[in-house]
Amino acid sequence: MRRLSLTLPAMLLAAPAIAADLNVTVQIPQLDVAEYHRPYTAVWVEREDHSVAAQLAVWYAQKESKEGAGTKWLPELRQWWRRGGRELQMPVDGVSGATRPAGDQKLSFHEGKAPLGELPAGKYELVVEAAREVGGREVVRVPFTWPAAAPQQLAAQGSSELGAVKLDLTP
Amino acid sequence: MMKQSLKWSALALALALPMAAQAHKLWLVPSATNVSGADPWVTVDAAVSNDLFYPDHMPVPLDRVVITTPDGQTAKPEHGLTGQYRTVFDVHLTEQGTYRIAAVNGGLFASYELDGQKKRWRGEAADLSRQIPAGAKNLDVSESLNRVETFVTNGKPNGVALKPSGQGLELVPVTQVTDLATGEAATFQLLLDGKPAAGLKVTAIAGETRYRNAPEEMDATTDKDGKFSLNWPHAGMYWINASAQDDRTSVKQARQRRLSYSATLEVLPQ
Repeated sequence: MRRLSLTLPAMLLAAPAIAADLNVTVQIPQLDVAEYHRPYTAVWVEREDHSVAAQLAVWYAQKESKEGAGTKWLPELRQWWRRGGRELQMPVDGVSGATRPAGDQKLSFHEGKAPLGELPAGKYELVVEAAREVGGREVVRVPFTWPAAAPQQLAAQGSSELGAVKLDLTP
Repeated sequence: MMKQSLKWSALALALALPMAAQAHKLWLVPSATNVSGADPWVTVDAAVSNDLFYPDHMPVPLDRVVITTPDGQTAKPEHGLTGQYRTVFDVHLTEQGTYRIAAVNGGLFASYELDGQKKRWRGEAADLSRQIPAGAKNLDVSESLNRVETFVTNGKPNGVALKPSGQGLELVPVTQVTDLATGEAATFQLLLDGKPAAGLKVTAIAGETRYRNAPEEMDATTDKDGKFSLNWPHAGMYWINASAQDDRTSVKQARQRRLSYSATLEVLPQ
């Protein structure tokens, strides 16, 4: 008991001054089409040289099949695939998941915790790519500087396969 | 069958000529250059034509196809079919990494006169002296070595299958060969017998030539290290080609050796 009372304030003091958060909202548009499949979607953070700083999310068809479930079509997320998707062994805990329906998909990431991890100060781009079966493909990029000095709300607008992509940074 | 193989020989010779840049093009086109999943396959078209990539002249013989797996072994083309205008085969990508799919073709061509009649012969170096009659006059022998390739990567790329053999004109990627995109310059190196091939002209032509009025060729020249760069104006399948000639023949009767290299490369949009 004595030990705990000592440890708890110590832990609070030891917590990093920057417990920065990165919150992402990906809008998957409602599409009026005859044959609709939820899009394969990837969310990642790129450094200025386009290398991947963090893989944040990838949503793909999870159903089992002889061809390897939805993993057969992962290269359709072309930029994600070449930027690092092909390096991953699916599924990735805390990153990969099932495709999501139309609407605002909210994701929260915390510095120091997977999958964001430690992000050194610098310039980055949040990249969201969506590819839809019998549909199109779109990449939306939101440039940002990390860490944010003050709470910051950034956004970019997709035009076909993605709606608004919002990025909220908390210092 | 005999007729077809003769036709192929004549074509192989024509392809080795420097002027062949304007002539028929030999190509391999895979259905995808990046694949994934538990059991990936690609299907490949192999043909000779003027327009890219429309098979309208003749197929590439299936026995010319050499598939190198990501660990450097050889794999067999599967479900092969040779039609009037194209050969089609499948590649089962059982390993992770980059596959090289090639059609290699070469040998000796001889022309001579016998009893006042013009004759032609095609074959291997070892057979030359045995198969050209003793009374042959005006014997002219040339040698050729042509390589046509394309590449497919299952998962993460690797470079084992792309190791040069040291024979003829070969391409060594500096930029990953299945990782090409518009807006990003791609750099490659050309080797001649395993050494940098400097000062060679490289031509790149995008497919779907039927739907535009100009060929829209792009040119590059290899530097002293045999390297060249290309900027892709748009996404698509591109056919690149280079040719060379020298006197490094494998038999003394052949004065000249003609070499060519072609590859089909896929460029994806950003």
